[in-house]
Amino acid sequence: MKLKGMRVLVIGERDGVNAPAIEACVKSAGAEILYAETLCFV
Amino acid sequence: MDLEGQGRIQQVVKQNGTDRVIAVLGANSAAAVEMTAVTIKSGDPSYAGPLAGIALGVPSYHILEPEIVEQIDPAVYERELALSALAMDVDEVIAPMKTIRESGA
Amino acid sequence: MSATRFPVITAVANVLAHAPGMVRYGSKPLRDLAHDPGLASAIGARLRSYEAAVGYVPNQAYIGNRDPESLRALPRPWFAAPDPQASSDGAFGDFIDEAELLGLLKLCDRARLVQIDSGTLAAASDGLMRRKLVTPGEMAALTSAQEDAIARPIASGDAIPLWLDGRVAGSLARGHEEDEALTANVLLENLAAKSTGVLALRRLLRQVESRLEPDAIEFVIAGSEEAVGDRYQRGGGNLAKAIAESAGLGRATGFDIKSFCASTLYGVFNAAALIQAGVFSRVVVVAGGSLAKLGMKYRAHVAKEMPILEDVLAGIAILVERGTDSYPCIRLDTLGMHTVGAGSSQQAVVEALVMGPLAKAACGLRDVDRYATEMHNPEVTETAGSGDVPAGNYRLIAALGVLRGQLSREAIPQFIAAHGMPGYAPTQGHIASAVCYLAHAVRAMRAGKMKRVLFMAKGSLFLGRMTEAADGVSFLVEA
Repeated sequence: MKLKGMRVLVIGERDGVNAPAIEACVKSAGAEILYAETLCFV
Repeated sequence: MDLEGQGRIQQVVKQNGTDRVIAVLGANSAAAVEMTAVTIKSGDPSYAGPLAGIALGVPSYHILEPEIVEQIDPAVYERELALSALAMDVDEVIAPMKTIRESGA
Repeated sequence: MSATRFPVITAVANVLAHAPGMVRYGSKPLRDLAHDPGLASAIGARLRSYEAAVGYVPNQAYIGNRDPESLRALPRPWFAAPDPQASSDGAFGDFIDEAELLGLLKLCDRARLVQIDSGTLAAASDGLMRRKLVTPGEMAALTSAQEDAIARPIASGDAIPLWLDGRVAGSLARGHEEDEALTANVLLENLAAKSTGVLALRRLLRQVESRLEPDAIEFVIAGSEEAVGDRYQRGGGNLAKAIAESAGLGRATGFDIKSFCASTLYGVFNAAALIQAGVFSRVVVVAGGSLAKLGMKYRAHVAKEMPILEDVLAGIAILVERGTDSYPCIRLDTLGMHTVGAGSSQQAVVEALVMGPLAKAACGLRDVDRYATEMHNPEVTETAGSGDVPAGNYRLIAALGVLRGQLSREAIPQFIAAHGMPGYAPTQGHIASAVCYLAHAVRAMRAGKMKRVLFMAKGSLFLGRMTEAADGVSFLVEA
């Protein structure tokens, strides 16, 4: 699956990988962000 | 799972469609990642959220799956992901992803 | 006495209040019940008794009757193996029952919102007086309500019921006809935080009563999770002063600190800084419990036929005083801060909160006896698919040690076993964020068993949608 040109729903997690980190990563591969949220389970 | 953003995701998908749409997840436990992936593909399995019974059909990937990682700029990976990759049991966390993507319905 | 000694922690109270009747008012249960009132019986069937909650070993660890480390050897599930030695009189604080909690709500109620029936008030008075947390005089000054005085405002929609053992034992009125910041549910949340903060503070005062009068406390800092205000200022705050008033601290004033779950730990730092600057000599940091977080994971617990474990409100009170050699000190020179410019990567956060303080103290990872991080009880979170939060945090700390060359990858499990702990705190947000271990650390340090603990708390600021950033604060406490 090529990230370039994909439109991404980013669902991060505070103690895992958070949304800003995922955003930076997928943007570096040419994807576009449609939605971004970091979940905090506690 | 309590995917509290289910309603907003539903809105986003309504406005934008599902063409070329994927979800990328960052949770650090297989259970959490599995629940999110199933909800976004096939609907909320607990029948509690806005996506109960609604199958968006959007596939999910974990940010640390090898096929994703290899496309990320190495400097960005070092800064944003290297620590998490070392801290998580990546194999265990990403294990459910392919099966969920490939399962029917 | 060391002239350069930083301010010290001289007393800590860790308290619990059993609140099964309030689980229905927790944020998640409340919203679900609004969609499906039929859930009430499923929830009711899974609420546990006071005895079961007291016997639950993580709760015993929180109130100081066992060390958190001792939980490792105990068989899981913990809820199936109550501690036969359990007591509601904790070494660090009281674990009160729901009647006592309702009595405290009434005692702390300054706006004539709370009605409770005579049986509940009597039971509350007996319990709280036995614990020496209230005087006979102040309980006698409270009036109980007749059944119809309780039922009528509930029927008209002007009050919500307060439940005890499955029956309506009281009510709490809304504070205004229209103000969304003063609905009965919001006021219950705020009053529950206030009351459990007062519980902790009164217990703290009892602990130090042989050497300190309440008037010796000059300032109170509160760091809980409520938002006290009205429609023109929803988060106006200063629950600290309301708590100080209801604990009888006539010579004190105070303020609140807010940074999501990092609030209380920030409060401890701030208290020490005020003392270090010579502004005050005795400051109390206090936090009450989070009603909103009751029953947060109830769905999973009910589905798995477990007791609903999130049935307790937690409180804490910490006394900070000028430095002496007899008590552990707050190393003000080791503050870990996550700055705006640090960036939001996980690595930036862990660097700031762990490597920051260690570098300032010229210590290595292994020079810290314990890391007190997000100590949420894993039995609550794992069953809901949210993983083991403390374990996840310890893996991050160890992983950073590996990246910095202080630890080999193979040594990670041993490092975590030696310097980490199982989670035990109720999932009450700010309480589980490091501060729940202060009492244990002080005890261990005074007994010569520990030298240095890193306290690190995170605040999920992004949840408020004003920033995507997280926050955190950390510092070393040393014997």
